[in-house]
Amino acid sequence: MHPAFSVIFLTTLIGAGQGLFIALFLVESLGLLGMAPMQNGTFFAFGILASLILLGLGLFASFFHLGRPERAWRTATKWRTSWLSREVIVLPAFMGVVFLYGLAHWLNFNPTLFTLPGDHPVLATVALGAVGTLLAVALYVSTAMIYAAVKFLQEWHSPLTVVNYTLLGAASGFTLATAYAAWSGAQLVPVLASTAIVLTLLGLGTRIASLIRNARIKPKSTLQTAIGIKHPRIVQKSQGFMGGSFNTREFFHHKSDGFVRTVKWVFLIAAFGIPTALLALSLVMTVDPTNVLIAAALIQYFGLLAERWFFFAQANHPQNLYYQSAS
Amino acid sequence: MTQLALVIDLNVCVGCHACVTSCKEWNTSGEAGPLVDLRPYDADPTGTFFNRVQTFEVGEYPNTETVHFPKSCLHCEEPPCVPVCPTGASYKREEDGIVLVDYDKCIGCKYCSWACPYGVREVDAKRRVMTKCTLCVDRIYDEALPEWDRKPACVRACPTNARLFGDVHDPDSEVSTAIRENGGYQLMPEWGTKPANHYLPRHKTRITVREDELERSDNPLRIDSKLPKPDRDEPSLDDVTSW
Repeated sequence: MHPAFSVIFLTTLIGAGQGLFIALFLVESLGLLGMAPMQNGTFFAFGILASLILLGLGLFASFFHLGRPERAWRTATKWRTSWLSREVIVLPAFMGVVFLYGLAHWLNFNPTLFTLPGDHPVLATVALGAVGTLLAVALYVSTAMIYAAVKFLQEWHSPLTVVNYTLLGAASGFTLATAYAAWSGAQLVPVLASTAIVLTLLGLGTRIASLIRNARIKPKSTLQTAIGIKHPRIVQKSQGFMGGSFNTREFFHHKSDGFVRTVKWVFLIAAFGIPTALLALSLVMTVDPTNVLIAAALIQYFGLLAERWFFFAQANHPQNLYYQSAS
Repeated sequence: MTQLALVIDLNVCVGCHACVTSCKEWNTSGEAGPLVDLRPYDADPTGTFFNRVQTFEVGEYPNTETVHFPKSCLHCEEPPCVPVCPTGASYKREEDGIVLVDYDKCIGCKYCSWACPYGVREVDAKRRVMTKCTLCVDRIYDEALPEWDRKPACVRACPTNARLFGDVHDPDSEVSTAIRENGGYQLMPEWGTKPANHYLPRHKTRITVREDELERSDNPLRIDSKLPKPDRDEPSLDDVTSW
């Protein structure tokens, strides 16, 4: 497939924004449970602001994918059948909850909403955080299912796609949260950095699993089934036109095999190798690790851009059988 | 239930592209707006077409055959492009099974084209919406046209009658008969999309001449069971100038 930068930025930016929100809610939960130092409202408010900026930029990027962005509101109508429609509903809902969560922290408005049996008070921010986390997971699933649900793209049609989108998004969000915690001076680097390392390594494992799976895929369609002629040797002599068409542009990356292979190694190193090393380094550093962690977050984000580019480029659409000169 | 469709006879198609130009002409002149052509007389021209004719060479030289292969939307009975549409712009008509795009609802997200294994949907670069074969829905029901003319533009244009049009759910229709009797098949059956359009395979045309056909079987007395073999010097005789 042709990797469109609008979609690459959309999926990576909102993935990081969701991960950052989950990390912040984890920090609050651990603080309330007394397992980590409790942070003040400003810490959460600015963290949520960063998350909202990422989500907003992702949403902004997504409009560049549309031919008719002014009609984007219509996409909320077919949620019964279309994962794209579901994503379009979940994303603004999630952003709304994230905004309220940040606002409640910013205003220090945190009444007890209700009490669970056994005298456990439920604070407003905890309720919002729990709903937000559910929506974040729903958004990971919706975004990934847009790709995993297309059975014709066998490289995508796998539960690994959903797992990878979730883990890679969460890993980049946690790395970002670690950098933010270090920058704001919160004593959270050990817990966040170690979670980010675990998520990054889990993501590496499942991404390699999908690379292995995709390397062994046997295409379901062949030129023989495409035109219905059962002869082992069929050569296309004409595509029906000599210039390009939508079909020759949309479904192929138009880069060499060597370039694609290079991108694969770039993302394996930049999205997983370097960030893991830098996060581990921050755990043992005696000086301020802020710059190291900011570098880790930026390099990981760059690596995930490469990972998403590769994700699209690797998918081979059966329609390319009809356009042999393009594929 | 009606399912209108095309049946394309690969044995007859000569690859003249008349259906392509006729389709383009009809659909670029309709009320849905023109099908864009970008840089038509320049380097790297491109444009939107609902119908393409491709050419494949089957076999190894010198035993090769050239197959011309017209390709347009197959109007699947289980169209995978329809449920993925987030706006409902892509839909399949209940009454005649035609898969259409509502150009006023389409947001141009291209998701339906990803969900079509046949690559028959094309984004129109000017209108910025997804476009595809409509089976000339603005023609086949047009009562201003004489009844024999109410067929898709490609069918009307085909000089060799390689394109048949009709209801594949009606067992007595011309298309159903052709599919049944001439081994009609669907493209990429492995995906379960159940395309409504069918293709008729190529086949060798042979005339079988049996031994008795070389004899005069219309001779009731069978006294001339063999044709005479005149000597080399004699004038030759045949059935017509019989003795």
